[in-house]
Amino acid sequence: MTQLALVIDLNVCVGCHACVTSCKQWNTSGDAGPLPDDNPYGANPTGVFFNRVQTYEVGKFPNTETIHFPKSCLHCEDAPCVPVCPTGASYKRKEDGIVLVDYDKCIGCKYCSWACPYGAREFDEHDKVMKKCTLCVDRIYDQNLPETERKPACVMACPPGARLFGDIHDPDSEVSSAIREQGGFALMPELGTQPSNHYLPRHKRKIPIHEDELVRVDSPLAKEEKKDYDEGSASLEDSASW
Amino acid sequence: MSNTSNETIEVKNTTCYMCACRCGIRVTVKNGQVKYIQGNPEHPLNKGVICAKGSSGIMKQYSPARLNQPLKRKANAERGDSEFEAISWEEAFSILEERLAEIRRTDPKKFAMFTGRDQMQALTGLFAKQFGTPNYAAHGGFCSVNMAAGMIYTIGGSFWEFGGPDLERSKLFIMFGTAEDHHSNPLKMAISKFKRDGGRFISVNPIRTGYSAIADEWVPIKPGTDGALILAIIHEIINLGLYDREFLVQYSNSPHLVNLDENDDNFGMFVRNQEFKADEVHPQDQQWWDRNTNQAVDTHTEGADPYLLGDFKLEDGTPVKPAFQLLADRVKDYTPEWAAKITGIPVQTIKRLAHEMGITARDEMIELPIAWTDVWGNEQESVRGNPVSFHAMRGLAAHSNGFHSIRALSILMSLLGTIDRPGGFRHKAPFPRPIPPCPKTPNGPQGIKPNTPLGGMPLGWPADPNDLFVDEKGEAIRLDKAFSWEYPLSVHGMMHNAITNAWRGDPYSIDTLFIFMANMAWNSSMNTSEVRKMLNDKHENGEYKIPFLVVADAFQSEMVAYADLVLPDTTYLERHDVMSMLDRPISEYEGPVDSVRVPVVPPTGDCKPFQEVLIELGSRLKLPAFTTADGERKYKDYPEFVTNFETEPGSGIGFLAGWRGKGGEKFMRGEPNPKQWEMYANNNCVFQYELPKSYQYMRNWNKGYLTWAKNHALTRYTDPILIHIYSEVLQKFRLAAQGKYAGKQPPERLKERIETYFDPLPFYYSPLETQLSDTNKYPLNAVTQRPMAMYHSWDSQNAWLRQIHTYNYLYMSPKLGEEGGFDDGDWVWVESQHGKVRCMCRFSEAVEPGTVWTWNAIGKAAGAWNLENDANESRQGFLLNHLISEELPAGKHGEHMSNSDPITGQASWYDVQVRVYKAEETDADHSLPQFKPQKTVPGQAIRSKLVAFFAGGRK
Repeated sequence: MTQLALVIDLNVCVGCHACVTSCKQWNTSGDAGPLPDDNPYGANPTGVFFNRVQTYEVGKFPNTETIHFPKSCLHCEDAPCVPVCPTGASYKRKEDGIVLVDYDKCIGCKYCSWACPYGAREFDEHDKVMKKCTLCVDRIYDQNLPETERKPACVMACPPGARLFGDIHDPDSEVSSAIREQGGFALMPELGTQPSNHYLPRHKRKIPIHEDELVRVDSPLAKEEKKDYDEGSASLEDSASW
Repeated sequence: MSNTSNETIEVKNTTCYMCACRCGIRVTVKNGQVKYIQGNPEHPLNKGVICAKGSSGIMKQYSPARLNQPLKRKANAERGDSEFEAISWEEAFSILEERLAEIRRTDPKKFAMFTGRDQMQALTGLFAKQFGTPNYAAHGGFCSVNMAAGMIYTIGGSFWEFGGPDLERSKLFIMFGTAEDHHSNPLKMAISKFKRDGGRFISVNPIRTGYSAIADEWVPIKPGTDGALILAIIHEIINLGLYDREFLVQYSNSPHLVNLDENDDNFGMFVRNQEFKADEVHPQDQQWWDRNTNQAVDTHTEGADPYLLGDFKLEDGTPVKPAFQLLADRVKDYTPEWAAKITGIPVQTIKRLAHEMGITARDEMIELPIAWTDVWGNEQESVRGNPVSFHAMRGLAAHSNGFHSIRALSILMSLLGTIDRPGGFRHKAPFPRPIPPCPKTPNGPQGIKPNTPLGGMPLGWPADPNDLFVDEKGEAIRLDKAFSWEYPLSVHGMMHNAITNAWRGDPYSIDTLFIFMANMAWNSSMNTSEVRKMLNDKHENGEYKIPFLVVADAFQSEMVAYADLVLPDTTYLERHDVMSMLDRPISEYEGPVDSVRVPVVPPTGDCKPFQEVLIELGSRLKLPAFTTADGERKYKDYPEFVTNFETEPGSGIGFLAGWRGKGGEKFMRGEPNPKQWEMYANNNCVFQYELPKSYQYMRNWNKGYLTWAKNHALTRYTDPILIHIYSEVLQKFRLAAQGKYAGKQPPERLKERIETYFDPLPFYYSPLETQLSDTNKYPLNAVTQRPMAMYHSWDSQNAWLRQIHTYNYLYMSPKLGEEGGFDDGDWVWVESQHGKVRCMCRFSEAVEPGTVWTWNAIGKAAGAWNLENDANESRQGFLLNHLISEELPAGKHGEHMSNSDPITGQASWYDVQVRVYKAEETDADHSLPQFKPQKTVPGQAIRSKLVAFFAGGRK
């Protein structure tokens, strides 16, 4: 059974927000749209975004890490937002594991957003329906798009290529091997939600320095030692009689 | 184009302009409305990716901040009141034509044109030159001219548009303070791939955000001290012999002998073989000391092996040393222990950085099987490189000691043998260029004549004191005093002083100030509150001190409020543009690349591309480049101009390099091609030429490349571009200050300044502002950064981007709160010797504790950019510029010296010293200073309370 998901590489994410607004522009005019913005030019603007980047600092100066953390619906394998929905609007697709909301059935009761431990759902106060990441379901199967573009908008946009997309149930997929080989982890696994989206951790590269490698025998400094040019001057050679 | 269920869908390629990165974009337009902007996967720059700004172009296109009609200030309104009446373009042009024709007929320098981050300096510069005014510059002087000048005067190229780190093959990458919104997508892509390929990334920065966040190591540094760190690293590298001797000998002036006879007028100059004809771009008349024959020989003599260290005497008794010895002497006392105290970086870290760089460069050499020929005719079997690379931007540049810091960095890169080699720094066309590049300004008042084009370029590259643009007393001719003895190598001009100087009438008053796309009444000016007063200041007779102010912009910036005449520009989606080889193209390491924009939607309202404004004005004013021999208009519009303009009749060089020649069969040079635009449009709006592999490296000294570049009009010379470890150019200015150089002499008050700062070798000094500040009272450095999701001030009108950065905090170490008795999120005052700002603090462990910082240009004046008066940008947001002066306190060098680098005139944004203390609740419930809310102007769209954007209408 297929389970589509995003795998986000925190080792290269610079927190640029490309995923945030590329998602917004695709989805606001797509099947899940619009994604309204209240008070767009006034005080405390607030809008619907399916994907947001949070920034955290970890540790004390100077041992500080700054973590950029993009977050959207994790498309949990055991999604707690689905069983709480009184109308069946919130559902998980059998064919690819994407968690979606059927706006026609949604009554805007917000049970699902209370149930989601990740805060990944976004309520549209104007259409009075719950909205959320669809993994760009209106892109990824679109036969009119070239195959290379049948990916979520955020994945297409991401400049450092920090967002991988694929089937985490296929052990040979790019996402599965990234999780397996690079220590991919899920958020709050203790809750048993089995998030499909995973994150790849930071890792550090060091260059070991060995003291005895600092100066080599062929150091260019050796070249700078002055030659003894005074070949004509007197020496023992001239007067000794041994 | 497709039609289904009455939908019209169009997809067009063009070039982004949400920042200066210039990525290729593919725009989907549905029923005439922009639906989706994606990265163009076929574009060489961004290969399909797009950033947060690029993805938000829709909200820029439909922003209510857009200007839609030409406007004239109402007769009784004050500047700054934002009271305008809409006028026709014909009226706007008539006003300008009459006024500018009179200025041009009488005294062309009274017309001053300064532009922001416009990407069309080829055209604006041409217009200014044709008009005959020297008073033209773009934003470079207050952006990063130290980076351009420091590197170009050393290695003949610089970072960003003209060169960068070869991360594809690098193993160690060190980044110094870099704006996160610049060259952003290519850099993000490259850093990511570099890390994944196992490279080590070190970030030297007072702050850990953005790129620094993913660095393997963060080295926090005190602002303005990078020069000390780099000089100490050079000290360590030289002491341990970790430099690439072979590279320095062959490709730099390291072994060249310097005259050290203090009584000689040529003291500090390279000794020359008098039999050679002196030619400043031709280094072969200089001398080495050959260790095989123990005598001075011409450089690059076959079989010679020069000393880099030592001291020698010429036959006539003249004492000489190789330039490298002078560098070693210079850095002798710049020990890691010395630098640790200045930079705040531990001694062991400084040493380790040097060792990592030196050992990686030495032991990880790359050798590519690419044969090439050097300019001395030696056939080389391979291209070699040492995989250590660097990148730096304003963190180094925006200090008054930035030029020498950047010279030091360029020298470090050279010592490691990394210039235009795989894994190191690589050039992008049209660089490398001779040191210095050839364009020159006029060198005296005779260059300015009524009704005549300027007798030189408005901006140039002085090679010696006689190239300065000064009058017979040695004083400035340009309004901004660029190219004067005050800031001799101000190669990008000094826009940051233009308004203050025009207001004061020093060096003279002007008539018309024309500002394009620069927010000089807000974030693009230092000393913002005072500059706003200057813009509105009058003589006793009621006349404005700056008589006429024209502002061209697409958006209602703070500057618009001060205009007498407003010319509404289009967005980037509505016009033709060129990213020209004559300006700053988008070239890649492998060869020249330029690109265009084509309109994807029609202009909104009555706005007009600024280029069309210049073509129209140029035609009406009968400027030679825009008119035929009999005075008729030469070009119908900008696209026609681009197609047909040649730098000289028949030169075959125009704004675009691709598809030249009658049928598009030529490139770089060729006759105009009437179908050139079409050919660009059909090719992703980009022209790319990939050089043969043998021309892609070592271009400073590559015979094949230099010959190719000459044949394709990229350069005039094929002489080797030797790296200036030792700068004779700087020494010439020092000699002039000492009265030892024939020709122009600095005025008395500036002699000591020139002598001090025009040091042929890099040295470290505290930033000028720091020297003139009470650092006990103001112990902290205050700096700004720009976030990746905003470009300058441009995006607060963007409904999506402003939700990412709605207002700004002052970030600081929690220690400051403990000491000052305030908590995270409290209101504080941040105060410099020039003023104070009330703002909110945010504690951070990701900042060096002696530094406070904020995101630049998020804070806005109330009502500007058509935001509501209570928008967070003006109530909680703030602008640090109020604390930064455009001038230094009066001193021995003059009463009104610019707060700039004494060599290049680079604005010293990051030199300001501050203190921070708790603000009382009773002061206010918002940030301070506040300004009278700016009113909307006629023709602007109504701000809505809700945007539920659905392109082309909802189903």
